Amino acid sequence: MLKQKENTVDKDMEQRIWAWLAAVPDPEIPVLSVVDLGIVRGFNLGTNSLEVEVAPTYSGCPATEFIETSIVSSLQGHGLQNVSVKRVLSPPWTTDWITEAGREKLRVYGIAPPEGSASKTALLGDKKSVSCPRCGTTKTSLVSEFGSTACKASWKCDECLEPFEYFKCI
Amino acid sequence: MVDKDQALLKYVLRLGDNALVHGQRLIELVAHGPELEEELANANFSLDYLGQARMFYTYAGKLEGAGRTEDDFAMLRPEHEYENLLLVEQPNGHFGETVVRSVLFESFYLLQLEALVQCNDAGLAEIAARAIKEIRYHLRFSSQWLIRLGDGTDESQQRVQASLSESWTFTGEFFAADDVDKVVQDEFQGPNLEELQQAWRNNVATIVAEATLQLPEDQWMEISGREGRHSEYFGFLIAEMQSMQRAMPGLNW
Repeated sequence: MLKQKENTVDKDMEQRIWAWLAAVPDPEIPVLSVVDLGIVRGFNLGTNSLEVEVAPTYSGCPATEFIETSIVSSLQGHGLQNVSVKRVLSPPWTTDWITEAGREKLRVYGIAPPEGSASKTALLGDKKSVSCPRCGTTKTSLVSEFGSTACKASWKCDECLEPFEYFKCI
Repeated sequence: MVDKDQALLKYVLRLGDNALVHGQRLIELVAHGPELEEELANANFSLDYLGQARMFYTYAGKLEGAGRTEDDFAMLRPEHEYENLLLVEQPNGHFGETVVRSVLFESFYLLQLEALVQCNDAGLAEIAARAIKEIRYHLRFSSQWLIRLGDGTDESQQRVQASLSESWTFTGEFFAADDVDKVVQDEFQGPNLEELQQAWRNNVATIVAEATLQLPEDQWMEISGREGRHSEYFGFLIAEMQSMQRAMPGLNW
């Protein structure tokens, strides 16, 4: 009986931890949380410790350490002790890990979300159509493969003429 | 013959050295890019290389088990302990020269990583799988530029053709297998350099043909980088890179 009760407590705790993690923003695109971005792979909840598994987006992402620190300090702020982050490399992160909710948040924020799956062909540059996050048209054109961060390309809309960023499918 | 563990350690360090030195050369271009887009691309690429170097060095530290960190490998080793390919330490020159160097190196590195994803050392395979996604993208960028410059004006074609011929002498080193490569191939199912060479030639020939350039003839090849004997440019490169750690040992952000 007691055991069952403990399990219920664990479940509650797990749900709360997920909710707390879902409130930790990505420093470069603060509209996305680390959960939306799909970089939190899970966590191991011990009796008196918590280890969060985080996958880096890009090898050279300068935000990696910042994100790890934010996760630890946020969870500590909620009263958890002995919080640590374990960096996991496999399976590697791709834009396919961004959740549906995350994609919608990106669109509302004005960044076109990645289209299609991060297959080899997408990387090698098949002709894809990117929808303008403002007016929705697919009459858009690529301005530059590189934008303000490694993960974004610069596009412009040929209908409403607004420039916008596209989260690269990679 | 080197022992199995020693060979793997050396192999991982060489991968780290290639990534760090190539990345450092690209970092030197920051604020010197010909256009804003190329400026950002180069800066982003060098960050990727720096990140890959960190993963390789951290893993090397774990393999060695002597408590050395990524910073010890990057910032405190002298010139002769670096075993990067000579090509990646060559000066940037004009933009076309950097493009040629990137195409030649990245087309090799990509094949090397593709083979390493299949190797039976889990730690190395994992880093390769992460890095491969970035290098595919870099190569797409650099080869597009080679095509644009080669198939551009008479001036741009002549200049990248000259760079290609000059850089060619450093490409033989990619495939000059030594004991380390052989042990990694035999014991860890690492890359077969003979097979890689064939695939590399084909890939480079395709890009070069599209760029309306001539593939250089094979000639005398420089192959001393992996013995720690470098071209004169390298000393200046690491002197600049390591200056902060040398002046203020243990300096931290």
